[in-house]
Amino acid sequence: MSAVISSGRAAKATKGGKSPGSPGGKVSKGAKGAGRQLHGGKITYAVLTLFTIGSLFPLVWTAIAASRTSTRLAETPPPFWFGGNLFKNLDAAWNDVNMGAALLNTTMVAGTIAAGTVLFSTIAGFAFAKLRFRFKNLLLMLTIGTMMVPPQLSVVPLYMAIAKLQWTDQLQAVILPTLVSAFGVFFMRQYLTQALPTELIEAARVDGASSLRIIWHIVFPVARPAMAVLGMLTFVQAWNDFFWPIIALTQAGNPTVQVALTGLGRGYTVDQSLIMAGALLGTLPLLIAFVLFGKQIVGGIMQGAVKG
Amino acid sequence: MTPPSGFTAGTAAPPTGQGGAAPRAVAAKAPDPGEERRRARRSRRYRWDIKYSPYAFVAPFFLFFAVFGLFPLLYTGWASLHRVELTDPTHMEWAGWHNYSRLWDDEFFWNALQNTFTIGVISTVPQLLMALGLAHLLNYKLRGSMFFRVAILTPYATSVAAATLVFVLLFGRDYGMINWALGLVGIDNIDWQNGTWTSQLAVSAIVIWRWTGYNALIYLAAMQAVPSDLYESAALDGASRWQQFLHVTIPSLRPTILFTIVVSTIGATQLFGEPLLFNGGAGASGGPDHQYQTLGLYLYEQGWTNLHLGRASAIAWTMFLILLLIAAANAIVARRLRKSQ
Repeated sequence: MSAVISSGRAAKATKGGKSPGSPGGKVSKGAKGAGRQLHGGKITYAVLTLFTIGSLFPLVWTAIAASRTSTRLAETPPPFWFGGNLFKNLDAAWNDVNMGAALLNTTMVAGTIAAGTVLFSTIAGFAFAKLRFRFKNLLLMLTIGTMMVPPQLSVVPLYMAIAKLQWTDQLQAVILPTLVSAFGVFFMRQYLTQALPTELIEAARVDGASSLRIIWHIVFPVARPAMAVLGMLTFVQAWNDFFWPIIALTQAGNPTVQVALTGLGRGYTVDQSLIMAGALLGTLPLLIAFVLFGKQIVGGIMQGAVKG
Repeated sequence: MTPPSGFTAGTAAPPTGQGGAAPRAVAAKAPDPGEERRRARRSRRYRWDIKYSPYAFVAPFFLFFAVFGLFPLLYTGWASLHRVELTDPTHMEWAGWHNYSRLWDDEFFWNALQNTFTIGVISTVPQLLMALGLAHLLNYKLRGSMFFRVAILTPYATSVAAATLVFVLLFGRDYGMINWALGLVGIDNIDWQNGTWTSQLAVSAIVIWRWTGYNALIYLAAMQAVPSDLYESAALDGASRWQQFLHVTIPSLRPTILFTIVVSTIGATQLFGEPLLFNGGAGASGGPDHQYQTLGLYLYEQGWTNLHLGRASAIAWTMFLILLLIAAANAIVARRLRKSQ
């Protein structure tokens, strides 16, 4: 019986005897063959193409509608190809709600939120992943629990606060409440737990490095890919955030793109082609980012999902 | 570089000899008092660093959460027991449970609750089923697989505002693309905005469009982690591809599916932008008959159209209690799942 118990070690020593379930062989095979590797058939391609069209069509049609006149949009059948009015509509939308300022505001807001989230999430995630301290597990559970709290629960007091501070239409009113993210902390913790070897930190400690030095010289370089992904995801989210900005900012004052969009083309008559042009302007920066970094964003979402 | 390592052995790093070793290392050196003091200071700093810096690293998150999450959460509860007007938000008048009892008798509240539930179901169920199917297809070896993945994710990059504005046009009664297409197969124009079921379907369609691809990628990640020998042994037992999907893929994905259900449910409870903008700028009523007014939208209408911040707070806390119930139900289901495995 003792032979069975020690078979794992024995198998390793004898370069994996004959037992088919020897741990070494199984692991390497499992790692290579995880997931299925069957080839997709014609139907697979057909269905995926259908979904691709469904996903992209509303966006393409936004551009088509933005290139038409609003009278053309009130005719049947609806237009299927681009017209010649794109730049006129873009120009009108740009001036109607001061889109330039709105885009600049959104860039500043989303950029600051992304930077803050990445920085705070990385150091907190590092502490949760690799450092020992009391109440660590309790605090981690608390962090995950905060993801449950919807923004609706804080709007009334936050509104009272910005009314008192006279922060309406000030960008810090939308930046500060979303500057940290529980998801980000959890995401970085998951990444650093496996990507950062504990021996590396111990070695640095032995050399007399302080925790701050370790963060700067070891954690940041190791975490860089995950930081980039988290930054992109946060940027997208902050760019598209709607509920709190529409309360804290006004269309006529100092709006972000999303807030500006709600007031677009609403004169005596609703100008649909103008609205579409505005929607296009507000979405275009992210679409360009998707064309450039789509692969990384897809990878980031899938990476964050595994231990979600 | 020996002195620091000698000190860390005593303070932090457990692997090297502890206790007796460190003092001996110090004693072996020349007992220069200045050097000794400097070392002592450094060692104290070191101990503090080890002990307290973890708290400093997690502090920013918790500080921000306390100020912008926890405190407002509690204060919303406090405000819900008061009469507060938007015109003078700092003036609060005690009202006891009035806001809650009023909510209980408020048909629009129950209407909003029901709409939130209905729209939640008809947006979440098809979305997750389609995402599961999509992930299954994406899990095949494909040419241009990255293109497909990025393509189905692009709706995620589109904001609620932009997406809803386009869908309002596509769902237009007289000139919308969807009614035109339905007309080709002989279906009369549907009033997507004023009907009850139709408008709820249309609002759900926006949610489905934006989130299906995102969830598909999450499922795909989980599918790729399923060990392939599970499939091999299932195939050896004569299981068809469909049976493999049903009996290997789905059970392996259970925790992930549960996770997406929870996240989608939380999202559905908060649904706000889509129903607000689907109304085409006509306010926060959620349609002329409130037929697609959700809880989130009702909260906004009470607070920022009818100027009753106290009532809005009561709605917010009711939402929170519902979410807590969902979380508890989820915890029970998760525990059952773990036991059954």
